[in-house]
Amino acid sequence: MASLDGVPRVCIAGSRGLFLDAAGPRFSEPVQRRVLALARTVGQIPGVQELVPGMNNVLVVYDPRQASPAVLCDQLMTLWEQAAADESPGRDIDIPVIYSTNASDDLVQIAALAGLAVDEFIRLHSEAAYQVACVGAMPGFPYLSGLDPRLATPRRAVPRMRLEQGAVIIGGAQAGIMPCSAPSGWHVIGRTDVQLFDAQQLSPSFLQPGDRIRFSIAGVES
Amino acid sequence: MIEILSTGVLNSVQDAGRAGYLSIGVGQSGAMDVLAHAMGNALLGNEANAASLEIALFPFRLRLLSDCRFAITGADGEALLDEQPLPPQWACDGKAGQTLQIKPPRRGARCYVSFAGGIEVPLVMGSRATDLKTGFGGFEGRGLMRGDRLVLGNQTYKPHAGVGATLSWALPERDRAIEIRVLPAAEFNEFDEPTKTLFFQQGWTLSQEANRMGMRLIGPELKTRRPLELLSHGILPGTVQVPPSGQPIIQLADANTCGGYPKIANVIDADLWRLAQAPIGSTFRFVEVDHPEAMAAQEHQDRELMALRQAIQCSFTRA
Repeated sequence: MASLDGVPRVCIAGSRGLFLDAAGPRFSEPVQRRVLALARTVGQIPGVQELVPGMNNVLVVYDPRQASPAVLCDQLMTLWEQAAADESPGRDIDIPVIYSTNASDDLVQIAALAGLAVDEFIRLHSEAAYQVACVGAMPGFPYLSGLDPRLATPRRAVPRMRLEQGAVIIGGAQAGIMPCSAPSGWHVIGRTDVQLFDAQQLSPSFLQPGDRIRFSIAGVES
Repeated sequence: MIEILSTGVLNSVQDAGRAGYLSIGVGQSGAMDVLAHAMGNALLGNEANAASLEIALFPFRLRLLSDCRFAITGADGEALLDEQPLPPQWACDGKAGQTLQIKPPRRGARCYVSFAGGIEVPLVMGSRATDLKTGFGGFEGRGLMRGDRLVLGNQTYKPHAGVGATLSWALPERDRAIEIRVLPAAEFNEFDEPTKTLFFQQGWTLSQEANRMGMRLIGPELKTRRPLELLSHGILPGTVQVPPSGQPIIQLADANTCGGYPKIANVIDADLWRLAQAPIGSTFRFVEVDHPEAMAAQEHQDRELMALRQAIQCSFTRA
């Protein structure tokens, strides 16, 4: 956990990793813009192979034959100081969603939990401005910030063994879309045909950190 | 070319792994025992990253459809070329029509079958490794099945004597605790001293829940001083997480690229192969090291592999 004055903590993460944690008590958009700006400096530090942005943190993967953790740590802190904000524009992307009131999905149930009518829940979900905070866990999976706090719902106590590719989901204060069919504890509120990952493409992940997302209502099905 | 005659579906084509895509959620995959994989390629004079078959389910059988040179490394599974037993960590020539059979290992858990020239499958995102979780790379993005025919890479076939390797690292003994060296991780100090002591002094049993993604350990319950809610963060293979159950999970080659559980330690890269070779029910004991010690262990392995490569090259030159 970072100290309160915003100075991140850096620690060793195994033989070839360093972990820079700038997280406070809750997710911060300004901190995330710095995280993404820092992640773009990959290649500027000798020996660094990958910078993996997380939610208000960065995993640095380096070749320990080329760089020592102590030196890297200093270089990272310098770059963090310079990484004022992410100047990269990011794209505006529309994701058409068919919302689902089917009982096998979770929309009706979590709308009731939130004390909202189903169409109000859908309206709030589709009107919010989201940003891809980072991509990870599974190939092409976007962690989206910007969910209306009224829609935040704790994850399921028991994860489902399989959510289908294209499922539009909510987990805690985050929104997401399933890039492939996989187990998940998030709640399903609809689905989209947008394909998020294709290993054969030059840029396999459709969404990139910093992209701005809107969900549009393509339909409501029961 | 080779044809798979019998296999489990979790046996797969693997190379040294896929690098550079963690930030879009693509894990590294690749051989679980990178040392055995590297040794197989070294014995054949292959490039270090050539793709091999990773065999974790036995018995395994394949037929050679052309004359070729191959190596079997890693777990000590009794291997037979037709009726002829082969020593462990061994490379030799095979003739078209011969059958190679590997029985369940006496020691270790994973065998690597490598071929001169490597297994020829398309590069996907810079690697021939199978990502079993997402279903791409390797042979058609899946584990091996009976009847699969795999093409071997180009290498002029040159009959040659059998060669073997003996290195200073040995497969884990069945009845002895396996020492695993770890570096403390980000949340190490969120555990109190008695809990840290438990972590290092207790033996940890490898549960049945073990695959290429990770392994769950059984032992005393580990708890952080206070409940922790962490934001999602990048993780690497070797990360030892402690979920609310208090039973640690070690993330492995096919791990998700991000996690959220507190991390007590990271297994050093030089010891990941020991995890890969531990059969279900093995006992681990964690030993704390610092980063220079982790590097020294790595350099030791690098040097031995380099020496093996050079020795093999000399023997090829003499032949």
